[in-house]
Amino acid sequence: MNTLTVSVVTPDGPVLENSFEMVSCKAESGELGILPGHIPLVAPLSISSVRLKGENPQRIAVSGGFLEVRPDKVTILAQSAERPDDIDVKRARAAKERAERRLQAKQDEIDFRRAELALKRALNRIEVVENR
Amino acid sequence: MASLRDIKTRITSTQKTKQITKAMHMVSASKLSKAEDFAKAFDPYSNKIKEVVTSIAGSGQDAEHPMLQKREVKKTAYFVITSDRGLAGPFNSGILRDVYRTIQEKHQSKDEYAVIAVGKMASNFFKKRNMPILNEITGLSDQPNFADIKDLTSETVQLFIDGEIDELIICYNHFISAITQEVTSKKLLPLTELANESSSSTSAYEYEPNQQEILNVLLPQYAESLIFGALLDSKASEHASRMTAMKSATDNADDLIDDLSLQYNRARQAAITQEITEIVGGAAALE
Repeated sequence: MNTLTVSVVTPDGPVLENSFEMVSCKAESGELGILPGHIPLVAPLSISSVRLKGENPQRIAVSGGFLEVRPDKVTILAQSAERPDDIDVKRARAAKERAERRLQAKQDEIDFRRAELALKRALNRIEVVENR
Repeated sequence: MASLRDIKTRITSTQKTKQITKAMHMVSASKLSKAEDFAKAFDPYSNKIKEVVTSIAGSGQDAEHPMLQKREVKKTAYFVITSDRGLAGPFNSGILRDVYRTIQEKHQSKDEYAVIAVGKMASNFFKKRNMPILNEITGLSDQPNFADIKDLTSETVQLFIDGEIDELIICYNHFISAITQEVTSKKLLPLTELANESSSSTSAYEYEPNQQEILNVLLPQYAESLIFGALLDSKASEHASRMTAMKSATDNADDLIDDLSLQYNRARQAAITQEITEIVGGAAALE
């Protein structure tokens, strides 16, 4: 079976580097599935989970960033990316509640947008932990 | 001549200072090696993002983005990175002097520039001189995470996108080695040099959905990564600079203790000699 090297890097250091058979993720424009031999591609990612399929499947929560594809290598560059084991669920829950409270209160647009993003990130993390 | 007791007190107090500076030296040394590790961990990210950005920005004429274009400069922002605490030799003073001089030379009025201050030293310095501060952050940990400064970097980049500032210059101490750090000023935004740099990697990418959308996501992320890189660089310099300062303080304390011990022994010797002379004199008077 052909494999792809997948590396996930964040400003705080590499999160993962391993071989997988398929990468399935959610780009801004929709779901993307990448198999070995894909043409070079760059796409921005949405706040979502990246599913890496192979012998040891992995899920990774990313908050935005983008994906760079080469025929034999996939690099995910995100400002934060975590494996399920590294996610602090308590913190994510707290962040979710905080964001929800902010969304309830009427605020100007920028704060609203920010709270919305924070909520998305928190929900994404919780979802990744629960479906690991 | 100072009395024996005075000299003794000075020696003890210098010894105590030496203990402290020596401890600080060792603390800084260990923090420096950690800071270097952090900078190393950041490398793959920054290299990769730079590679992708240059290959996109240099690939075609249709890659246009406000962040890549030079515009008339009405307001310049200086992003100044210092530490929270002193005792780091010329680390803070060097950079603040440099920025202050540049501002005095380049700008006539306060509307033409603003400062974004990282660290208590910078924020106090510019506040005292009544200079406009757009944003500040203090109390950063010694090993900053990206999450700690994400708000600051994204706000800064947003200021540029919104047209509040037309130019962003970042000033920090660049870490060269444990004994050399260099005050550096770099123009960060607009990213003009990027478009001129021909891409070294020849890979042509497919863009999903299109180049413009990618640049919208990529360029702010790139600019933020540059700021974070400078911050890590500056942290390493801070620890190196503090280490050197504390090393020389310890050495100076050693010298001082040597001098004082010599003085102390001379004084002691003089006192003994005097006593003997007195005894001999007294004995001679009896005969």
